[in-house]
Amino acid sequence: MDSFFLYAAVILTAIIAVPAYRVVKGPTVFDRLVGTNAIATKTIVLICLIGYIFDRIGMFIDITLAYAILGFVGSLTIAKYFSSDKVNVRFDD
Amino acid sequence: MIDITSVFTIILVTAGIFFLLIGSIGTIRLPDFYSRTHATSKSDTLGMMLVIIGLIIYEGFTIDGGKLILVLLFILLANPIGAHALARAALHAGLKPTFEDHKKEDKEG
Repeated sequence: MDSFFLYAAVILTAIIAVPAYRVVKGPTVFDRLVGTNAIATKTIVLICLIGYIFDRIGMFIDITLAYAILGFVGSLTIAKYFSSDKVNVRFDD
Repeated sequence: MIDITSVFTIILVTAGIFFLLIGSIGTIRLPDFYSRTHATSKSDTLGMMLVIIGLIIYEGFTIDGGKLILVLLFILLANPIGAHALARAALHAGLKPTFEDHKKEDKEG
């Protein structure tokens, strides 16, 4: 089973590169935020899998919870910031 | 030896990673920001849920299994809310959804 988790983690790391392309290319800032959200969700799953590879599951699940909460609050804050009037990110051309 | 829980775990984690792959492909191929939020919020959440349910089955009835259920429930709520906040912020910032396909059809039709 350990080798299966290892292969799953390697495949997941390869999958993370796909939204990273969207973060680099994304025309608007919100596309980049979508890509970051996608990477955050995949990283959460990746940390859980790595927890099973290292056989210290209790510690890694706490890391996953902290990461999920902070990632969520972070993306909400960025979304609120970019929709406020302080930022001249306008698209109504 | 491979017992029944390992079989379930392998099936669920593989299905979860498959949906995560589909979600990331959707993030690339879809033409418009608003359609991309569909890909990330829905299929990523489903993929993540399948993987974590597989891990819960592998973990069994322990404290760590309970913590995994907490992770599952939190992300089940957090991911769609994050995508909704993002789409709302984009709409407020004036990002217009593109309707090229309809425009072409109108011209030809």
